[in-house]
Amino acid sequence: MIYQGKQKIWSDYQKEIPDDHWFYVRSCIRQSFFPASETHFVKIVRDLLGKDLFETPHHTTCGGIAYHSDTIPQETAMTIVARQFALMTEAGYKNLVTSCITSFGNYTEILETWREFPELEARIREHLWKACRREFNKPEYIAHASDIIYMLRGEIAERARYRLVSRATGEPVRVVEHIGCHYSKMFPHKGVGGAEYPCVLSGMVESWGGQVIDYPERRHCCGFGFRQYLVKANRGYSVSNTHKKFESMEPFRPDMIITNCPGCPYFLDRWQYVIAEQTGKTYGQNGHGIPVLTYEELAGLVLGYDPWDLGLQVHQVGPEPLLDKIGIGYDPSRKYLGLNEKDILKPGLPTVLKCC
Amino acid sequence: MTNRQPVIAVIGAGIAGLEAAHQLAALGYKPVLIEKAPVVGGHVAEWNRLFPDMTPAAEVLEPLRARAEGIKTLLNTEISAINRLKDEYNIVLGDGTTLLCQAVLFATGFHLFDASRKEEYGYGIYNRVITNRDLEQWFNTRQDSRIDHPKAVGFVHCVGSRDLKAGNAQCSKVCCITAIKQAIEIKEEFPDAEVYCFYMDLRLFGKKYEDFYIRAQRDYGIHFIRGRVSEVGEAIDGRVVVKAEDTLSGRPVKVTLDLLVLMAGIVCNPDARHYAQQIGVARDEDGFLESRNNLDAITESSRPGVFFAGACTGAKTVPETLAEARSAALAIHLYLSKRA
Amino acid sequence: MDFGFQLSPSSAVNLDTVDRRRYDALVQLEPDALTCIGCGSCSATCTASPWSGMSVRKVLLGLQRGRDGEVDRMLSACMLCGKCSMVCPRGINTRQLILTLCRLDKNGEVVR
Repeated sequence: MIYQGKQKIWSDYQKEIPDDHWFYVRSCIRQSFFPASETHFVKIVRDLLGKDLFETPHHTTCGGIAYHSDTIPQETAMTIVARQFALMTEAGYKNLVTSCITSFGNYTEILETWREFPELEARIREHLWKACRREFNKPEYIAHASDIIYMLRGEIAERARYRLVSRATGEPVRVVEHIGCHYSKMFPHKGVGGAEYPCVLSGMVESWGGQVIDYPERRHCCGFGFRQYLVKANRGYSVSNTHKKFESMEPFRPDMIITNCPGCPYFLDRWQYVIAEQTGKTYGQNGHGIPVLTYEELAGLVLGYDPWDLGLQVHQVGPEPLLDKIGIGYDPSRKYLGLNEKDILKPGLPTVLKCC
Repeated sequence: MTNRQPVIAVIGAGIAGLEAAHQLAALGYKPVLIEKAPVVGGHVAEWNRLFPDMTPAAEVLEPLRARAEGIKTLLNTEISAINRLKDEYNIVLGDGTTLLCQAVLFATGFHLFDASRKEEYGYGIYNRVITNRDLEQWFNTRQDSRIDHPKAVGFVHCVGSRDLKAGNAQCSKVCCITAIKQAIEIKEEFPDAEVYCFYMDLRLFGKKYEDFYIRAQRDYGIHFIRGRVSEVGEAIDGRVVVKAEDTLSGRPVKVTLDLLVLMAGIVCNPDARHYAQQIGVARDEDGFLESRNNLDAITESSRPGVFFAGACTGAKTVPETLAEARSAALAIHLYLSKRA
Repeated sequence: MDFGFQLSPSSAVNLDTVDRRRYDALVQLEPDALTCIGCGSCSATCTASPWSGMSVRKVLLGLQRGRDGEVDRMLSACMLCGKCSMVCPRGINTRQLILTLCRLDKNGEVVR
């Protein structure tokens, strides 16, 4: 690996990310999958680092998941997105930040499509007016929330309580980074670092002391693949793609995986259980899996938030080996206590995958 | 044939420039070779052996160099600007001096496509990924720590050629046969190595090229896989993992290699386009300089007094380039004779 | 546990591990086989091909990609008429090649 070669590519794909005043749109599914990730994004960006981040309860799905699952036409998705733009315009914002990678891809694809076909934009404006009497300005800038954390990675590092290094040996934690397909594969110049060697997540990992692993199937899809999972008959393809990635990363003995997409961490996490049940194989140390974290969860850990407040107990793969390695304290008895000490019940344990 | 004093600027002292200058001198003219590098010989000087007879490149270059010895040659010389006068051209050189000439010959050659632009192949990122030029350099110097008794070597054809996305739709013409030459040379050096060539089509148009290919198959057992490499990654031991489709069996293939050689294609020398623009010489759709026509006036531009030889108008082999250099010299001679 | 789905078998060929012993043995005996360019003339003219899937081109490729079962199925359909050897532009004696191949087991040992 020639690190300077990657730096050269990264310098070709830098985004000028505006540093403040954001209209934040959440994801449909991330709040169920990783219930504290978006909350902690707001906590870190707005409360801790003092940025202006605005949200509205009137925001809905962007339609991206339905569009990518072939259940709504693109014009419908466009009209839904036009409504989000109207909410942003009404709130007085010009920069939009999305929590979801598919939303980011959806918004970007729609703006690019309108740039090529202005008559389509005019038609969508008409649809929106007929549907809900709203008008909008297009955002001046669209970022993914991971772009914002990437931009703030230095400030987070300055405030960090933990570094991504082994407490015992001082060696960096070995991290696999996985980028959602819709982040930069459609429009490489819209992603920090481009599509082949994105640095949006690797930049965070390196700033916080970890070591990024580049393994042969790094660019491969997580396995979700929308219809590959959503259609049950195709579900074998989904888990097979994930399996391929784990087989490829296994020799590098990663300590964790960081992701920036709603689907990727879910499938990279849950399929480890299915693969273990079907093949008897696990990919972490001593029968454990490889913990899969969102970038907000990792930023939260680095800043010293409690792992259970970050929602790590709802992951299939237990985060404990990673926490122990870095030396992050946690109270095992609080693991299954939710908000306000509510007992969220201990799940049944898998037969093969060791989950602490 | 007397009293020929016109000055002819020959831009580039690669094999095209050297040969054309020699022919022009033999016809009684005063060519001036302008070369930006410190030495003459261009790309051929960097190459080790040439297809299809494995002729040492020096054997081709030396006589050209020797014959051009008495010709005024400006080395390390950049061109700042070229101005078109009434029926002359004024060339402003890097040191501020000028050269007034009655004819200009572009012998500016090609640039090798920057293989790092095909990001998925990882040139400049993965240590074991090299280019055709790097390999020639190794043949010359035997110094490259990346080439250490490889057991498996791959060649990727068409890197930056026949690639609309990379901005080069054209075939670079010489890479197929160069890949076969280099594959044979690797096999001669490391007989135990498995050697794979990943190609889209094999375009072996020249004299004895097909025979060379048959030898690569039969005598050297080189594996030819019809499929374009889609991506390259790095295994934990630093070897590279290559993915392609074997389109003949319709299945994806994967192979781990100790060395991957990218056959970087041929693109027009950007300097040539820059100079050409200054004197109103057009560039063709393929990015190379535009000939008056591509059948019987390939060495002539549409501007009086401006001529071409070699790869400035498209990918050329050595014999094609030398033939064009002679043809361009004659075309210049006819042009100047008519004017006199 | 039955999830209702399973890991799907991959059609990818891993050239690092593919067993080419039978092919290697074949080309020792019939070096001309190495010069196949996959043009398909043999298969196009084959009397058995349209009904049985026999194809000398695919046999040679299958041997190099570890698809022994397919190779044997194809070979069993050959009627040794020799028409393929008439059309090969490389002049490979394909009929002889088939006969030689039938003598080799999948480890490349001469067994007949």
